[in-house]
Amino acid sequence: MPDTTTNELLQLVPKAEGAQSMKDFKSDQEVRWCPGCGDYAVLAAVQGFMPELGLAKENITFVSGIGCSSRFPYYMNTYGMHSIHGRAPSIATGLATSRRDLSVWVVTGDGDALSIGGNHLIHALRRNVNLKILLFNNRIYGLTKGQYSPTSEVGKITKSTPMGSLDAPFNPVSLAIGAEASFVARTVDSDRKHLTSVLRAAADHPGTALVEIYQNCNIFNDGAFEVLKDKERAAEAVIRLEHGKPILFGADGGKGVVRDTLTGDLEVVTVTEDNRSSILVHDAHNPSPTTAFALSRLADPDTLHHTPIGVLRSVERPVYDTLMSDQLDAAIEQHGKGDLSTLLAGNDTWTVVG
Amino acid sequence: MTSQVSSPAGKTDDAGEAVAGKHSAPFTDGTRAAEKEIRRLDRVIIRFAGDSGDGMQLTGDRFTSETASFGNDLSTLPNFPAEIRAPAGTLPGVSSFQLHFADHDILTPGDAPNVLVAMNPAALKANIADVPRGADIIVNTDEFAKRPMAKVGYAVSPLEDGSLEAYNVHPVPLTTLTIEALKEFGLSRKEAERSKNMFALGLLSWMYNRPTEGTEKFLRSKFAKKPVIAEANVAAFRAGWNFGETTEDFAVSYEVAPASQAFPTGTYRNISGNLALSYGLIAASRQADLPLYLGSYPITPASDILHELSRHKNFGVRTFQAEDEIAGIGAALGAAFGGSLAVTTTSGPGVALKSETIGLAVSLELPLLIVDIQRGGPSTGLPTKTEQADLLQAMYGRNGEAPVPVVAPRTPADCFDAALDAARIALTYRTPVFLLSDGYLANGSEPWRIPEIDTLPDLRVQFATGPNHELADGTEVFWPYKRDPRTLARPWAVPGTPGLEHRIGGIEKQDGTGNISYDPANHDFMVRTRQAKIDGIEVPDLEVDDPAGATTLALGWGSTYGPITAAVRRLRAAGEIVAQAHLRHLNPFPKNLGDVLKRYDKVVVPEMNLGQLATLLRAKYLVDVQSHHQVNGMPFKAEQLATALKEAIDA
Repeated sequence: MPDTTTNELLQLVPKAEGAQSMKDFKSDQEVRWCPGCGDYAVLAAVQGFMPELGLAKENITFVSGIGCSSRFPYYMNTYGMHSIHGRAPSIATGLATSRRDLSVWVVTGDGDALSIGGNHLIHALRRNVNLKILLFNNRIYGLTKGQYSPTSEVGKITKSTPMGSLDAPFNPVSLAIGAEASFVARTVDSDRKHLTSVLRAAADHPGTALVEIYQNCNIFNDGAFEVLKDKERAAEAVIRLEHGKPILFGADGGKGVVRDTLTGDLEVVTVTEDNRSSILVHDAHNPSPTTAFALSRLADPDTLHHTPIGVLRSVERPVYDTLMSDQLDAAIEQHGKGDLSTLLAGNDTWTVVG
Repeated sequence: MTSQVSSPAGKTDDAGEAVAGKHSAPFTDGTRAAEKEIRRLDRVIIRFAGDSGDGMQLTGDRFTSETASFGNDLSTLPNFPAEIRAPAGTLPGVSSFQLHFADHDILTPGDAPNVLVAMNPAALKANIADVPRGADIIVNTDEFAKRPMAKVGYAVSPLEDGSLEAYNVHPVPLTTLTIEALKEFGLSRKEAERSKNMFALGLLSWMYNRPTEGTEKFLRSKFAKKPVIAEANVAAFRAGWNFGETTEDFAVSYEVAPASQAFPTGTYRNISGNLALSYGLIAASRQADLPLYLGSYPITPASDILHELSRHKNFGVRTFQAEDEIAGIGAALGAAFGGSLAVTTTSGPGVALKSETIGLAVSLELPLLIVDIQRGGPSTGLPTKTEQADLLQAMYGRNGEAPVPVVAPRTPADCFDAALDAARIALTYRTPVFLLSDGYLANGSEPWRIPEIDTLPDLRVQFATGPNHELADGTEVFWPYKRDPRTLARPWAVPGTPGLEHRIGGIEKQDGTGNISYDPANHDFMVRTRQAKIDGIEVPDLEVDDPAGATTLALGWGSTYGPITAAVRRLRAAGEIVAQAHLRHLNPFPKNLGDVLKRYDKVVVPEMNLGQLATLLRAKYLVDVQSHHQVNGMPFKAEQLATALKEAIDA
């Protein structure tokens, strides 16, 4: 990600002494996801990426909620907390805002982050706390054995919806952009290279970074993202976004995204000599979230056709932890360091002499 | 100018009322009215009552401040509706502030007012039942017009139909007089009228010879940006004083001497429970040498702690107003993991939402203070009224066996010490701790002897810095759940400490290593160990006040301390023999509690709930304690409590 700026907040986190390897980030705990689960690939990618960051591993903390993906912290040889359902963003907020010398990561799932914990997610995003949130989206409840989730397609037949689910799904990227997120990206568990590049961009972002990771649950929702992985079909289904590059996809880049000049909305067209110059160039750093949101809406929730992956939005805005810390400094500058005796005495005292 | 007011009048040995001297006005120059008689009283209870928008709380606060700086002992009871502005002039909109002050030590805001200030018909109607015959009632006659009276169901004016004959009524056109006094200020009628509470305050300040400088200073600073309003309020305040001085309706003023005998030597200030609690938290942070972190969501009557702590960022205090109650405690728990002294503040409904996170804190064994300013329940209940009905919620309101220590302050000022004590337990034993205050303590105030900083307890903790266990093969490792054998506390290893990287969570942990464990025997052991840790917390023995060898014990907890002590004093003054004890620690109970209970034939437990402490005592000690309860949103009245205790003694 050569186009991203250097994250000054990362300078607050102590660096590792000497080189690190993936092995340094593996804990001694046996990994207990189902064989074939997409989580293994994500874990390997994260463990493989961490040495690149070069941070002292004791200054890295993973906080998770409840669900299959939330077992993640147990497998990282860093500090970690496996908390309660949906609450990881709030716990991580307390940790990150009180300890700016830590690199704080949240691991969550579609049920954890978007259903029971929806409130905490949107508020973490709007505050722009310095958190990196990895949202494993498998579009199903795995740990409770296969009920539909808030990202499941309408009509999903599951144990709790034998006649099909009734509720329309969330698009996590749209939701995050609507919640004032400063960094939103999407990637896929099986594409190690892409996943790593997105992790790199997220780690480099000052403030909350939301990374949606499409992750296959081979037990309860196998093949949910197959259309994005199967080489032939993926070319038509996946829109790979790269900052500063025209948004082209399809076999031989034969399709592209243009803006409808009348409605302002985005649409997919077959690229021709006539329209080639109107193909939208992706600008992840556009202060306005409008185009990023429109891009997120290109994906069909049922077929996943025209799913954009990559960094949809990455803008700099004030980080909550920094602002909080600045207020403490300003208070000391204005009033001096607090003196307890003076505080307790107040302005209105009287003395009783024996 | 006010020196004459606060200087002691002529001494007399007579208790109660006595002619004590003559009174001179601080504000009238030259044309002095006929000098008026001053009578000395040993104590007075005043209740200011008016519409929610009339500024009665401010009026009460100011009178309290002047009274505190004068050196009386005092106790206050603010009482206001949950609505910010209920419809004007209606009974639900009535807001009142009761203040009890005396020349000796007192324990409660008083049962019945000696003086009622009624700013409108609703205030009179809502409060008259509490006013004993013979008391003074000052009414704002301007409001006793047909419509405001009709609003509260007065067909005929109570000022004219003889229904107030038993009282000493002072009809004062407060609104008219205030507007008249402020006519030079060029304010609109509506603006001028707003100062009528200051007129009333001035009048009462004259009546009871209160110092006035503080209020004038306060008004000028409060309205610093609006100097005209500031001066108008000062003028209304002075006009009220002068009205008392000159009008013939007020023939006598009163003096209540400073309570110099009641207080040990020291420097004092007036303090409310929520302020004392906030200061206690800041003090605990300093004594522990840990940054204070508050995660909170606004809720009555706890919000003032959030407000107060957010003003003290120069003490390194971080306050986080979260998106909800759950996030408030979540952030606090995250900060605790990171090594802060972490606190969440709330009231009963908020505790219900935080329950799951409290359970997590029990499992993680991290220090965390949960401050519950109890209010009337269930559900939204009575947000601005007091109650003690969260005790069982604090004790048991979680899934699984999840013991949490419970500490309860007994008076507004005691909230300071209780906060330090709760922090001691949390930090020493690595556990969430409940601090159970209530609306009465939170908003009530009393004089507080300001402690010397170097007498505060040392709360410093030792973070883990290295391995604490040697494996069979000699490898040195860090075990996050290897306990201190004395306290059973686990090590607190904060992120950033090299070599101690570890993972904790809400799933059952293997003893020692902290790794996930579903082993039945391990779970049994961990459940018992967590319980044993809380049971083993060191708390001081219960002190019993029993000078005469009683057979009946009055036992309370929390904010009932004042009323129970006042009731016991009344009984003893009347020759009854009764013992008294008060619990600060509800979990674990003091070690001698069982013995104390068995020493008495009868144990009476007054509570503002349906007998929650009584239930705990019966269950744990198999003692047939008698529960005496009241859940009307108000503190016990000493007289009623004395009667109940007397019945128990005689039974």
